[in-house]
Amino acid sequence: MFLRTAWLVLRKDFAIEARSWEVLTTTLFFATACVLVFAFAFVREGRAVEDAAAGILWIAIAFSGTLALGRTFERERYGETLRALLLAPAPRPALYVGKLLGMLALLGTAELFLVPMVAFLFQAALFSRPLLLAALLAGGTLGFCAVGTLFAAMLVRARSRDVLLPILLYPITIPVIIAGVRGTAALLAATPDEAAATMWIGILAAFDVVFVTLALWTFEPLMTE
Amino acid sequence: MIPSVDFDSVQLTDVSRHFGRRRALSRVSLTLAAGDIVGLLGPNGAGKSTLIGVLATLASPTLGTVAYGGRSARALGASLRFRIGLLAHDLHLYPELSARQNLAFFAELYGLDEPSQVDAALDSAGLADRADEPVQGFSRGMRQRLALERALIHQPRLVLLDEPFTGLDDSAVALVSDRLKRLAAAGAIIVVATHDLDLADGLVTRVALVRGGRLLSDEPAASGLRARYRALIGAA
Repeated sequence: MFLRTAWLVLRKDFAIEARSWEVLTTTLFFATACVLVFAFAFVREGRAVEDAAAGILWIAIAFSGTLALGRTFERERYGETLRALLLAPAPRPALYVGKLLGMLALLGTAELFLVPMVAFLFQAALFSRPLLLAALLAGGTLGFCAVGTLFAAMLVRARSRDVLLPILLYPITIPVIIAGVRGTAALLAATPDEAAATMWIGILAAFDVVFVTLALWTFEPLMTE
Repeated sequence: MIPSVDFDSVQLTDVSRHFGRRRALSRVSLTLAAGDIVGLLGPNGAGKSTLIGVLATLASPTLGTVAYGGRSARALGASLRFRIGLLAHDLHLYPELSARQNLAFFAELYGLDEPSQVDAALDSAGLADRADEPVQGFSRGMRQRLALERALIHQPRLVLLDEPFTGLDDSAVALVSDRLKRLAAAGAIIVVATHDLDLADGLVTRVALVRGGRLLSDEPAASGLRARYRALIGAA
């Protein structure tokens, strides 16, 4: 029942997105604009400022992820459909997992565009250790989305949700962003430091376990008025 | 199919619900029995929607208890919600999806896998010929009919309706009223929150008048509902 409910929610979100592609296109547009602005600022005469690529990649992920979270849950606010989901005879954490999987798919798709763009504009060797980079991105995206999905769901009925979401989200996900940046920077060093990257992946995995567990544990009481 | 619990009464005992310093409900005690169509009447801000939210398990009482067949919502768990159908003022529909997709999604969420149930609901809503159009192109009345079918698709025991007649024309009102009477006759517990006393008159079997979060009256429905409403609400 748990997995079936999560799948139904995920499939429903895909069906809605397939009607308009609104969230994906706005997320990609925002991420691209973000990277381009940084490229104008940090690339001089064809050379990027050293170590900028890792930070810019993760800032673009965090900013576009925040936008995607807001837009995704705006759909649940219109018509108060989140209340209808909460009324279903399914474990309420399964609803959270379904929304989380949708966010992961969305940000994962955005990262498929972001990583080559950052690699190209900042001449960063992001593909030199593809598996380690993929693990860093997966761990960081899961941690960011785990917290973001919970907060976006909590704030769906709040009047100033667009302001409150980043205020609540960024302080808590800063460890995830830092781990992502440091791990990616380790891969981009003149001599890639695989041991350091692996350590940051481990730290991200620990954050993920904590954040996902806490979110699953608190989702139902937080969503019940 | 989801294993579900069942009950034939709902009992609220001294239920209060506070939002910060505001008391949306204050010591409301009410018993709802199978076959009842309870009209929940009162002015704006009386606490009708909060009471419906509490009955739907979407809001927890700050004080007091709600028992479904003698057991609390916590004790009954998620399967209790299989027995609850809610039509809220916001219609709980995805405007981007078609009528069929909306009903199919909620049917599957309730563990119903028979496409025939969705077809029957579309027929009942009078939307069979527009089943595959996005809901965002529907009129308010069409959305309201669809939302009612969404709320009833799993044949709930406790049917909670917040202003169910909004946007409906006369023939649709008559159809919905007949439908509710049939559901009550089959053993459903129906709670209708409405401002429309003319529509409530002749439909409801009991009247619960609320104002300022307090239950002013709980009595069998009788003719002259408007006069009784004015007398109680005006006197409060």
